[in-house]
Amino acid sequence: MSLDLRHVSFRYPGGVLALDGVDLTVAAGEALAIVGENGAGKTTLVKLFNGLLRPTEGSVWLAGSETRRQTVAQLARQVGFVFQNPDDQLFARSVRDEVAFGPRNLRLPEAEIRARLEQALAEVGLTAAVDRHPYDLSAPERKLVALAAALAMRTPLLVLDEPTIGQDAQGVERLGKLVDQLSAEGRTLVTITHDLDFCLAHFERVVVMAGGRILADGPATEVLQRVELLQQAQVEPPELVQLARGLGWDTMVRTPQAFAEAWTARRAGKDGAR
Amino acid sequence: MIAVSGLRFRYTGSEQPALDGIDLSIGAGELVGVVGANGAGKSTLCYALTGYIPHFYAGALEGDVLVAGHEVRRTPVSELAAEAGLVFHNPFNQISGARYTVLEEVAFGLENLGLVPDAMRQQAQAALLATGLEDLAGRSPFTLSGGEQQRLAVAAVIAMQPRVLVLDEPTSQLDPAGTRAIFEVLRSLARTRRTTIVITEHKLGWLASFVDRLVVLHAGRLAADGEPRRVLSEAASQPWGVGATDYTRAAQEARRGGLLPTAGDLLPVTLEQALETLR
Repeated sequence: MSLDLRHVSFRYPGGVLALDGVDLTVAAGEALAIVGENGAGKTTLVKLFNGLLRPTEGSVWLAGSETRRQTVAQLARQVGFVFQNPDDQLFARSVRDEVAFGPRNLRLPEAEIRARLEQALAEVGLTAAVDRHPYDLSAPERKLVALAAALAMRTPLLVLDEPTIGQDAQGVERLGKLVDQLSAEGRTLVTITHDLDFCLAHFERVVVMAGGRILADGPATEVLQRVELLQQAQVEPPELVQLARGLGWDTMVRTPQAFAEAWTARRAGKDGAR
Repeated sequence: MIAVSGLRFRYTGSEQPALDGIDLSIGAGELVGVVGANGAGKSTLCYALTGYIPHFYAGALEGDVLVAGHEVRRTPVSELAAEAGLVFHNPFNQISGARYTVLEEVAFGLENLGLVPDAMRQQAQAALLATGLEDLAGRSPFTLSGGEQQRLAVAAVIAMQPRVLVLDEPTSQLDPAGTRAIFEVLRSLARTRRTTIVITEHKLGWLASFVDRLVVLHAGRLAADGEPRRVLSEAASQPWGVGATDYTRAAQEARRGGLLPTAGDLLPVTLEQALETLR
């Protein structure tokens, strides 16, 4: 689902200008990561997508319709949302009820609800926790419950706010695979993250924010190479970018495997030339 | 400063022990990182080192935990808190709700230590400065962002100047600048005040650059304990679920190509180490 922000500003009631004239267009099926320091306006920006916040100035368009006249409930069918803190959105007494709540609200047939529940839990690796109370789970597991609930809605646009926080190595790997899979299915994905290694490996496009504005917007392989710009936005360049740069390379690699292939090719070339 | 022997703990209602025979000895001024998959026992160890286990969490405890000269089992948490501070995994749990401003929240713990008001203000302000919260001193704790609450939780504990500081993923919600600030505060406390520090963390790159020693927990047991590069280099090919930095992974993949010598060498963990290995 396409998304279009036209010259959007947002001022909190307290007077803080959190977004300052943002223009952003996301095509259907794109996987976009938003990076920037705490307080850059990232979360405020994504809350405009589903009407949790309404712009002070400018307009937000989803699939060509302006969101101004749509209710949060209408928008929720189009935009799935996983908050940074899962405790802001969990309320049911079991993982089953939590994940089935959305589909049930859509008045889907019971068999369809069950299928979505099972698939969503399998995708986040929580199949065994279906009967648990969300509050008996750890914080990172609760975050995966919130993600499963959003997946079960099968919305064309999915927004993830810091999905890797608190996840261990296996959890981060699982999330990476899920992002790749959702992109392959043609879902539109917008993810806020501080984890630029995750970002480089799984997102095609990156937006860098600072002080409520967009500093840079482009292909991950290009934007994440601009080390000075990233430092200006107080984000740490990906490790593979720092490594390639430290070695004096001008090529960009997105995975350790690709790095090793490039390194081996260069090394073999050098040895051959000797 | 910390002496743990034969520590086993099983939460009431759970069949598996969360910690299963831990022996660990940590000296004054050591900065020790604890890594492991979620569920490996990291948080449980943090609770055991600060008396929350057995005093607040029900379960079966075996073995001895000696912290700053106190046998934890026989010391009330209120008494131990002045010696061994804990920064919780979720900072929101730590806010007292009894104070109106960030400064008062940081001073809250100090009020119980019997300090004169001037000393109290000074310690509280120093802690706010160290965590970059000085501009937010007058704000309500509940209006802070997740990252700011996390820094507040650290400030409130370091203001107490405990001899032992235990932090459970204290930077999870912080951006790189905030993460660096916390690690720098911790290193400085360890070096100048000889505070003994135990920190759990998933951010391996930061740990490798800052801690003196790294401990791996795997399924409630201590799987490795030693110099960070040695431990993380080994962890890269073990089923401990610790993960690896992309520097380690890149070098590991390069070894497969056969042009990077493998014999006895440690894998790189930080950028500097990777450049040295791969240049």
